[in-house]
Amino acid sequence: MSGENWQSFLTFAFFIALMFVSGFYCLLITRNMLRIIIALELLIKAVTLLVIAVGFYTGMVGLSQSLVITIIVIEVAIVAVAGGIALRVFRYNDNLDVRRLRNLRG
Amino acid sequence: MDINLVLLILMMISTLWTVMCRSLIKATIGLAVTSAILTAIMFRLNSALAAVFELSVCTGLITVVFVSTISLTKPLTHKEIEELSKARHKRFGYLPIVIALAAAAIYFLKIPNDFSDSSSMAIRSQGIPEDVCIVLWNFRKLDLFAQIMLIIAGSLGVATLFEERKIDEW
Repeated sequence: MSGENWQSFLTFAFFIALMFVSGFYCLLITRNMLRIIIALELLIKAVTLLVIAVGFYTGMVGLSQSLVITIIVIEVAIVAVAGGIALRVFRYNDNLDVRRLRNLRG
Repeated sequence: MDINLVLLILMMISTLWTVMCRSLIKATIGLAVTSAILTAIMFRLNSALAAVFELSVCTGLITVVFVSTISLTKPLTHKEIEELSKARHKRFGYLPIVIALAAAAIYFLKIPNDFSDSSSMAIRSQGIPEDVCIVLWNFRKLDLFAQIMLIIAGSLGVATLFEERKIDEW
């Protein structure tokens, strides 16, 4: 990778790191299940952008795109199933606070 | 200023909006905007197919799922919960048998049976091509199969979400 490309990649890497930290912060501070899913989404988006950027700067765009398509499919499945679980938790607990999930211990 | 840098800054602003916003609906809209800006960055980085996926699936479908989930979160009575549980058992009681039969069919009919070394052999003989369709079809067949399973799992999750509304309407 040439010096100019490396500088450009570092710019991407900086913003990806910021986005990842934002998602992780949201994941740590919140107790709401839906907000936790949103935080997971942000983390996945940061990883997606990293894969695309690495593919672009290493010249393997085809491979990175195929990986990203897989990531997106997994992301959708996670959101759909987690949304269903959140809804079910809300039905039984009347709120989406994850601390209330301790009630599910057998 | 470089367009990529502008897009990255905009994406960071929408990310922060998503994280800091108190309202869940507004946070969901922020997530959709982040996704749309990510799509633009993907187009700039020559990843058009992945960008189309991101735009249609993440910006569209996931936002719809989030908004549906948020709008459906209202309490049920105990009686409704019992009715819901009974109806679910009645409706999906046959599911374990179907899954067992499908697993037996996959095992005995050897479907799929050509995932073993095909991708590593193809990489050795051809290298990694630029075309994403060729990569997906020649190198990542097993992933495609797993993606179909994941899409089925996702659709079942969505079906669960919308079944709630039907029960609410009783």
